Amino acid sequence: MTDAALSTPEPPAPERLGVISWESGPRKLVTVYLPLACFVIVLLFPFYWMAITTFKPNNELYNYKDFNPLFVHSPTLANVKKLFFETDYPQWLWTTMLIAIAATALSIFASVLAAYAIQRLRFRGANWVGLAIYLAYLVPPSILFIPLAAMVVKLGLFDSPLALILTYPTFLVPFCTWLLIGYFKSIPYELEECALIDGASRLQILRKITLPLAVPGLISAGIFAFTLSWNEFIYALTFISSSEVKTVPVGIVTELVEGDVYHWGALMAGALLGSLPVAVIYSFFVEYYVSSLTGAVKE
Amino acid sequence: MADIAQKWGGTREASLAQTSLARLFDWKPFLVFLCLLPAIGLLVVFLTYPLGLGLWLAFTDTKIGRGGAFIGLDNFVSLWHDPIFWTAVGNTIFYTATATVGKFALGLWLALLLNHNIPFKSLIRAIVLVPWIVPTVLSAVAFWWIYDPQFSIISYILKDVMHLRSTNIDFLGTPWAARLSLIAANIWRGIPFVAISLLAGLQTISPSLYEAAMLDGATPWQRFRHITAPMLMPVLSVVLTFSVLFTFTDFQLVYAITRGGPINSTHLMATLAFQRGIPGGQLGEGAAIAVSMIPFLIAATLFSYFGLARRKWQQGETND
Repeated sequence: MTDAALSTPEPPAPERLGVISWESGPRKLVTVYLPLACFVIVLLFPFYWMAITTFKPNNELYNYKDFNPLFVHSPTLANVKKLFFETDYPQWLWTTMLIAIAATALSIFASVLAAYAIQRLRFRGANWVGLAIYLAYLVPPSILFIPLAAMVVKLGLFDSPLALILTYPTFLVPFCTWLLIGYFKSIPYELEECALIDGASRLQILRKITLPLAVPGLISAGIFAFTLSWNEFIYALTFISSSEVKTVPVGIVTELVEGDVYHWGALMAGALLGSLPVAVIYSFFVEYYVSSLTGAVKE
Repeated sequence: MADIAQKWGGTREASLAQTSLARLFDWKPFLVFLCLLPAIGLLVVFLTYPLGLGLWLAFTDTKIGRGGAFIGLDNFVSLWHDPIFWTAVGNTIFYTATATVGKFALGLWLALLLNHNIPFKSLIRAIVLVPWIVPTVLSAVAFWWIYDPQFSIISYILKDVMHLRSTNIDFLGTPWAARLSLIAANIWRGIPFVAISLLAGLQTISPSLYEAAMLDGATPWQRFRHITAPMLMPVLSVVLTFSVLFTFTDFQLVYAITRGGPINSTHLMATLAFQRGIPGGQLGEGAAIAVSMIPFLIAATLFSYFGLARRKWQQGETND
């Protein structure tokens, strides 16, 4: 984790194999570039399809004879307009944003303290606490949602965003703690010892030395937590029933489908715009993302 | 004078209180307790307690809005005689096994391709991860549209462009077609994670091993079989464990694309638990279905983790 997160994850690949590799141009074209192109096309096609469906007018959408379905002939914003003015979609966007930010903040706060205690305070049994938190990540939401639904109803949180803000940390805290423990490990302990000798208290050390140095780790944990809460489905589906407080994924699946009539244009517009925030965040922080993903696995 | 004395005294008291507070915060047991409190508190209240509550609910006849009484194994007995439950169990096992094999075969292939020296490597790597970061339900909705019985783009290409068949494919209309369509969507969703994680594993293998093997005249297959595969095992076992765990408990794809249909033939255990527990209101029965996943999960996790992690000491590394 540590090396991968600090240095750029670029491998020493260029010279690798090049020394005594017999791979010639045309052969590499067939064995590497062609399959790679197929992979990229297959992996991206659903998004392309989503995007062009969004901008197609209805007469094109259901007429493959006169219009080639792979292109848009006369693009329109009617589907996006319908989504924003005839459904609760803007409301869902706000709710999802609010829930994701609040759950992320709560989880990061809890994880930073826990990771600091486990990695730096060196108390007896720290490893066991770390292991227990790691095991918590292996408990899938599909097992927890029924008893959690019973709890949420009993606590009077049903149909309230607070129910989601409080339950999302169950999968965010283990993940972030795990990531941050690895990150704290990479910060030299000597820096803290110096501060201890100078008379700083433990909390001052955490605030003024460890946290500023751990900013890249905090960013990784933050974007991961935000994306995971944005994408969460089963809790949001179970604990929320009024349309105004639904999250984007749940709203699209439950509210945009009326009986047997599927408004594919609006559905695809909703899916595209709902994916956009995570895609934008991802494109800004892609290096953090890849390195923490690969680092977390290597660890 | 009195003023000044009072002032001095006051500050001294304040500073005493401050130092004792500071000392409390430097007292390690207190600090450890304080730091662990938010995380452990959240996890105990919203994870450990519900886990226990779920086990208890499975043995009661609780309904939504009404507490239940202990009914012993009745929920499990009625599930035992329920053909839909057994279909769901069979589906879940088939879905997990097939999708995992598909994901790992294709993911490993993609990782090996990305490990070559190619232009725009980081861009391609970034693009490849997109299916994994986008909300699963939203890409599932796109697949639902791609699988449309009338306007499927796949049917269009096979029928009108390539003239390979004369009718549209009914992706979601019959049980087996629907199951395979769901598995294809799951594989699509899982390839990026497997590929990028395995790529990280591949990059830790020292190039000198390959050079030595090449000098000894090893073929590409031998290089893969005797260098890449064993060196990749530790990473592979971790990724496999996670993948099996999350595929087995998958909910979103099935719920968004088929909702268990046609006629309950594509239910996974998670979607069946949801259908019985939340819209059906039978919390006790839903909890019983969810609880029946636990033995499978433990077995699958232990198998994929220890089955492969064993290789670690075979390589002569310390088994930490």
